[in-house]
Amino acid sequence: MTTEAWWASPSLWRKTAVWITGGSFVILVFLTFDTMAYISAGGKQVPGYSIINQRVDYQYDDEKKRYLPVIGPEEPLFGKMLTEEEAKALVSKGKLTTQAKNCMQCHTLLGNGAYYAPDLTKAWLDPWWGNKEIREQQMVDFLMNPQDRLHNALGRRMPNLNITEEEARATVAFLKWMSAINTLGFPHNFKAIDQSAASAQQ
Amino acid sequence: MAALGVFDTANLNSGQKLAMKYFAVALPLFGAQILFGLLAGLQYLIPDFLFQVLDFSVNRTVHLNAMIVWMLYGFIGGVYWMLEDEAQHPVVGLWLGKLIFWILTIAVAIVVLVYLLIQIGPAEMSTIWFIMEGREYIEAPRWADIGIVVSVLVFFFNVAATFSKGRYTGIGGVLVLDLLALFGIYLAGMFYTPNISVDQFWWWWVIHLWVEATWEVLVGCIMAYMLIQTLGVRRKIVETWLYIEVALMFGSGILGLGHHYFWIGTPQYWLTIGGFFSALEPIPLVAMVVHAVFDSGVHKLRNSNHPALAWTIGQAAGNFFGAGVWGFMHTLPQINLYTHGTQWTASHGHLAFFGAYSTAVIAFFYLAAQKSRGNVWMSGNIVGGWKWKWSMAFLWIGMIGMTMALLIAGYEQSQIERAVGGSTWMAYFEAQSHPWFMQAMTWRQISGYIFGLGYILLVWDLLTIGKRETRSVSELHAEQPQPA
Ligand code: HEC
Ligand code: HEM
Ligand code: HEM
Ligand SMILES: [Fe+2]
Repeated sequence: MTTEAWWASPSLWRKTAVWITGGSFVILVFLTFDTMAYISAGGKQVPGYSIINQRVDYQYDDEKKRYLPVIGPEEPLFGKMLTEEEAKALVSKGKLTTQAKNCMQCHTLLGNGAYYAPDLTKAWLDPWWGNKEIREQQMVDFLMNPQDRLHNALGRRMPNLNITEEEARATVAFLKWMSAINTLGFPHNFKAIDQSAASAQQ
Repeated sequence: MAALGVFDTANLNSGQKLAMKYFAVALPLFGAQILFGLLAGLQYLIPDFLFQVLDFSVNRTVHLNAMIVWMLYGFIGGVYWMLEDEAQHPVVGLWLGKLIFWILTIAVAIVVLVYLLIQIGPAEMSTIWFIMEGREYIEAPRWADIGIVVSVLVFFFNVAATFSKGRYTGIGGVLVLDLLALFGIYLAGMFYTPNISVDQFWWWWVIHLWVEATWEVLVGCIMAYMLIQTLGVRRKIVETWLYIEVALMFGSGILGLGHHYFWIGTPQYWLTIGGFFSALEPIPLVAMVVHAVFDSGVHKLRNSNHPALAWTIGQAAGNFFGAGVWGFMHTLPQINLYTHGTQWTASHGHLAFFGAYSTAVIAFFYLAAQKSRGNVWMSGNIVGGWKWKWSMAFLWIGMIGMTMALLIAGYEQSQIERAVGGSTWMAYFEAQSHPWFMQAMTWRQISGYIFGLGYILLVWDLLTIGKRETRSVSELHAEQPQPA
C-alpha cells in the first residue's frame, strides 16, 4: 500500500469525525431547549404541582391509541387545597424523600431504576389501595410501616425506611403529581383504581 | 533491571507505576461488585436474607457504584499506562497525580462505608450532601462529587500537559477531547430538582452519554494502543480506524440518547429520533469487530501476550453482542413500551458493561502483569497457562448464563406483567412468582457463582502469571521479524 486511496486518509476521517460530532451535539442542544418547554412543571406534558388539588385518572384514548392521564374535578389531597407554591414545596419534600431513602434502588419511577419492586409511575392509581376514600391514609400507613404489610406470596417485603408522617404525606403528594405526567402511554394497559362518583357512595 | 519473571516496579516507567496503583484498587473493587451482586441476587430467592440489615437497595447501590468506580479506575490506569509511550515524554505533574490518587481512594472508601453503615437519611438536603443522592449509578453524595471533579481535573491536566510537552499522536488527540467531554457531562448530574422528568432527562445525559459515547471512545483509544502493543499493528491503520469509529459512535450515540426519552414526559418526536439514531448505534460496534478480527488475521495472531489479546478480541465481541445486539433488541419504542424497566434491561446492562468495559480493563491488567515482571514471555505454552484460560472461560460462561436467565425473566415479565397485566402492583407480583421467572432467578444465581469462581482464578492468575517464566518477549520477536 504505497499509493493511498483518498478514502483511507486519516485527515479525511479526522475532519469527518469532528463535523459529525459537532453537528450532532448542536442538534442535541437545540432539542434540549425545545424539550424543556414540555417537561418543566406546568409545561406541555408535565403538570404544575397544584394538580394534586384535582382528581387524576389514567384512561385509554381511542383516538391516540394510548393511555393518557385525565384530569378530573377538584379532589384535594388530604382534603386541603394548596397554592402552587405550597404544592411545590410538598411535592419537593416527597421527591427528596425518594432520594434520601433510595427508593430507585428497589423500584422504578417512570420505568427507570431497579426491578425488585413494582413500578411507581402510577402507584397513586393502583387498584390494590382498595378504594379512593381510604387510599391516602393507606398509602401513608404503608410507607411508614411497610415491613408488617406483606402483599405477595413470595414474602418480599419493603423494609422500614424511617419515614416520618410528614415525609410519608409528602411522598404521596409526589406520587400523585407523578401520576399526572403524560408519559405517552407508559405503562400500557394499566387499569386504574375506580374513582367514579358511584364508587364514592359505597 | 530485575530478573526476568520477578515482580518489580523498576520495570515500569513512572506513569505505569501510578497506573499500577489504580489497577491495584480496581481489582478488589471488581470483587466487591461481584460479592454485592451475589447478595442482591440471593435476596430474589430468599427475601428475608439480610432484611433490614443490608437491604436489596443497599446491596444494589454498592454493586453498581463499585462497578462504576473500578471501571473508571481501570480506564484512568490504562491512560497513565500508555501516556509516556504515546507522548514520548514523562508524565507532567506526576506528584500531583499521585497525591490525587490517594485523595480519591480515601474518598471512595468513605463513600462506600457510609452506604453500608448509614445507608439512608432524612428528607433533607444534608442527606444529599453527606449520605447519598439516591440516583442510580451516581449516588455519590455531593461532597464526593466535588472531590471527583477536582481529581479528574488533575488527571486531565496530567494527560493534556504530557501530550502537549511530548507529541500529540492521533490517539492522544482523540483521548484528550474525549476526556474533556466525559468529565463535562458529569456536571449534568450534580443538581437537585423536584421535577422527576427534568431529573431523569439530565440523569440520562450522564449515564447514556457516558456508556454509549464517551466511554466507548475512551476504550477505543486504549484498545487502539493495545492492538499496537500486542499485535504490532501499524499506527496509521489504527488511527484511521479510530477516527472512523469516533464518527460513527458519536454520530449515532449522541442523538441515540433519545431512546431514553420515550416515556419520561418528553415530547413525542423523541420516539422517532431516539428509535432511529439508537438503531444505528450497533454499526460502529460492528466496525470494531471487523477491525480487531482483521488485524489479528493479518498478523496471524502472532502476538506477545496471549491473555491480553484474547481479552481484546473478547472485548470486540462482547461489545458487539452486549451493547449492539442486546441493545438493539429493545431500542425501538414499539418494543421498549413493554420491556422498559424489566429484567430485559438488566440482561442487556450486564452483558454490555461486562462485554465492553470489564474485558478492556482485564486486558490491561494482563499487559501490566507482563511488563511488571520484566516483559516475560506470555505467548504459547506459558507456565501455568491453564489459569488464564479457565478464568476466562468461567467468567464468560457465568456472564452468558446470567444474561440468558435475565433475558428469559425479562420476556416473561414484559408479557405477563406489562402487556397482559398492565404493570399494576398485583400484575408485578403475578409475573415475579411465575415459575419461569423464579427458575430464571435461580439460574442467574448459579451462573453468578460460576462468574465468582472465574474472578478468583483471575486474581490468582494475575498475581502469579509469568512468575516461573524464563523466556522473554524479545525471544518471540527474534523468531519472526516484527511487522513494521
Ligand atoms: C429495599 C427495597 C425497597 C425500597 C428501598 C423501597 N421499597 Fe417500596 N416496596 C418494596 C417492595 C418489595 C414492595 C412490595 C411490598 C408488598 O407487595 O408487600 C414495595 C411496595 C411499595 C409500594 C406499593 C406498590 C405499588 O405499586 O403501589 C409503594 C407505593 C412503595 N413501595 C413506595 C416506596 C417509596 C416511596 C420508597 C422510598 C421512600 C420505597 N418504596 C422504597 C421494596 C422497597
Ligand atoms: C457499552 C455500551 C452500553 C452499555 C454499558 C449499556 C448499558 C445499559 C444499562 C446499564 C442500561 C440500564 C440503565 C438503567 O439502570 O436504567 C441500559 C439501558 C438501555 N440501553 Fe444500553 N448500554 C450500552 C449500549 C447500548 C446500545 C448500543 C443500545 C441500542 C442499540 C442500547 C439500548 C438501551 C436501551 C433501549 C435501554 C433502556 C432500557 C429500558 O427502557 O429499560 N444500549 N443500557
Ligand atoms: C456474580 C455476579 C453478579 C450478580 C449475581 C449480579 C446481580 C445483580 C442484581 C441482583 C442486580 C439488580 C437487578 C434488579 O434490579 O433486579 C444487578 C444489577 C446490575 N448489575 Fe449485576 N450482578 C453480577 C455481576 C455483574 C457484573 C460483572 C456486571 C458488569 C460488569 C454487572 C452489572 C450490573 C448492572 C449494570 C446492573 C444494573 C442493571 C439495570 O439497572 O438495568 N453485574 N446485578
Ligand atoms: Fe442508551
